[in-house]
Amino acid sequence: MSMDRRQFLKITGVSTILGIGAVAGVNGLSRSPVEASQVEPSPDALKAKRWGFVIDMSKFRTDDDFTRVRHACHSIHNVPDIDNPKVEIKWIWKDTYEHTFPGQESKYMAEEMKDKPFMVLCNHCDNPPCVRVCPTKATFKRSDGIVMMDMHRCIGCRFCMAACPFGARSFNFGDPRPFIKEPNPEFPTRTKGVVEKCTFCYERLAKGLNPACVDASQGGIVFGDLEDPKSEVRRLISKHYTIRRKLELGTEPSVYYIIGGNENA
Amino acid sequence: MLEKALSGGKGYWAWIFLLLAIIGTGFACYLMQFNYGLGITGMSRDVSWGFYIAQFTFLVGVAASAVMMVIPYYLHDYKTFGRVVILGEFLAIASVIMCMLFIFCDMGQPTRVMNVILHPTPNSVMFWDMLVLSGYLALNLVIGWTTLGADRKELPPPSWVKPFIYLSVPWAVSIHTVTAFLYAGLPGRHLWLTAIMAARFLSSAFAAGPALLILLAMIVRKVSKFDPGKEAIQSLAKIVTYAMCVNVFFLLLEVFTAFYSKIPGEMAPIKYLFVGLEGHTRLVPFMRTASVLAIGGIALLVYPNTRKNESILPFSLIAVFIACWIDKGMGLVVGGFVPNPFERVVEYSPTVPELLITLGVYGIGALALTILYKVAVSVREETEAGDIQEGWHGSGH
Repeated sequence: MSMDRRQFLKITGVSTILGIGAVAGVNGLSRSPVEASQVEPSPDALKAKRWGFVIDMSKFRTDDDFTRVRHACHSIHNVPDIDNPKVEIKWIWKDTYEHTFPGQESKYMAEEMKDKPFMVLCNHCDNPPCVRVCPTKATFKRSDGIVMMDMHRCIGCRFCMAACPFGARSFNFGDPRPFIKEPNPEFPTRTKGVVEKCTFCYERLAKGLNPACVDASQGGIVFGDLEDPKSEVRRLISKHYTIRRKLELGTEPSVYYIIGGNENA
Repeated sequence: MLEKALSGGKGYWAWIFLLLAIIGTGFACYLMQFNYGLGITGMSRDVSWGFYIAQFTFLVGVAASAVMMVIPYYLHDYKTFGRVVILGEFLAIASVIMCMLFIFCDMGQPTRVMNVILHPTPNSVMFWDMLVLSGYLALNLVIGWTTLGADRKELPPPSWVKPFIYLSVPWAVSIHTVTAFLYAGLPGRHLWLTAIMAARFLSSAFAAGPALLILLAMIVRKVSKFDPGKEAIQSLAKIVTYAMCVNVFFLLLEVFTAFYSKIPGEMAPIKYLFVGLEGHTRLVPFMRTASVLAIGGIALLVYPNTRKNESILPFSLIAVFIACWIDKGMGLVVGGFVPNPFERVVEYSPTVPELLITLGVYGIGALALTILYKVAVSVREETEAGDIQEGWHGSGH
């Protein structure tokens, strides 16, 4: 079969367009989560199908139990210490039962239960509204369930903050760097105008280390693979009555709370 | 045609320089914000959208309202709107420009704005909002400029522009629907999570937009020889009346659902807006003012004698316009963030630089509108003078 120049160009042109269209179409339609990694994963990296936390509140007895965890996280992640609740940045912090689980409190509940502090952080939802609304994929869900942030892509529109029903996201209303007392050179600092939050210590998991909060919590925070029936987190969830925040919204948080009262949790 | 904006009397140039001064002040404040970050505004981690997004939301409605002139004129051949339809299309252009600027002012990292196009994300409503807003701007530029250009040559608009005109009708509805979806699809924000959000947006848009348009038409009539016509103004006033009644009706539907179901989360933001929540009442005076203005405006518009009286009509329209501006701007945006996800009340009020930046954007909008209206009015004055001359000499050109 002979083909002149014109025909050849026609065929190649059409097939290129079809090819690009098909690739774009498949890319657009496929719902696989975004894969992103800064470096080649280490062989020691900790892996899971879906990372999750179980937080045993009976292990958090004193103020120090909370501040130790918070400090561990905030210091290694260069979270600025801004003394203004309106613009502060927080990745992990404490709030009372009444405010952590609004609508779950009752008039007749003991005051100490209402005021009982809870450790709160990003829930790394299985169905995260923040990821759904982000116009640049600056926040995305990894295949291991971690809801990640790309601080270099974030345009600072704060749609994710409006979408997050857990108040887990903070925005840099100014340059955060002057508020970092001892910067950790191992972890990037952020710039003004971007949103940030807990990233499940993805950088430590990649090196085979536990999340910082887990190590600092002295057993209060357990992490593991929610999809693995033999994992520690699954053992705790099956053994104890656990609660999660705002289940009725269907975001499927990956953070479970054991309220306490069971000493050998 | 643009050269017509370069010739004008003393009053015209005084107005232009006033606008430039307002824009300059706003721009200086924006540089401050660019330098420091959004911390110079009153926004917080709890109320993370404020005055800018409120203006954006409101102005999308004003832009969409051009459809209230396009439908009668182009689809129903309602000739009375022949003179105002261009004013509506040009108002839409100025409004969309302001919408885009408000979004830009609200960005934490404005230099990364192109990321929205570099990394298109169809699951984000904001991506669609960008598409429909830029599309709507392009449509109105093409339609407005072409029809006015044809008008200048005293020819009917070219037939190729017709499909664009028809397309602009559903497109106008889409810009406000998509903007409503920015809010209505978020779990956990009770004031926003309502199926009639888009309907409420459209009703308030069709009240506030034409109200502003009548006021502008009255100003145009005062400062030029261009008269949009008494009948056109009255027809538009009727549109405002119906739309505002529907708007208030929709609000009452929300109040019923919240307060008859007695679901605390549904009631809380409405309480915050109209009576205050846990002692926080910062928005109450504004929302009550809006309520009084809405009721007063409707009363004056529904009663035919006050609607037809052109010395009372501007006041009813201003009342309706301000009522919608408060309700759909600050009320809607801030109310959605109160109480916060921890059921705490954190209040918001804009700062002085934030207000000046806002004013600057409105200045840019007013400048764009002035230029476009100057062109439209000059073209009309020219053709009408031509018509009279033709009559005198009894022959065409």
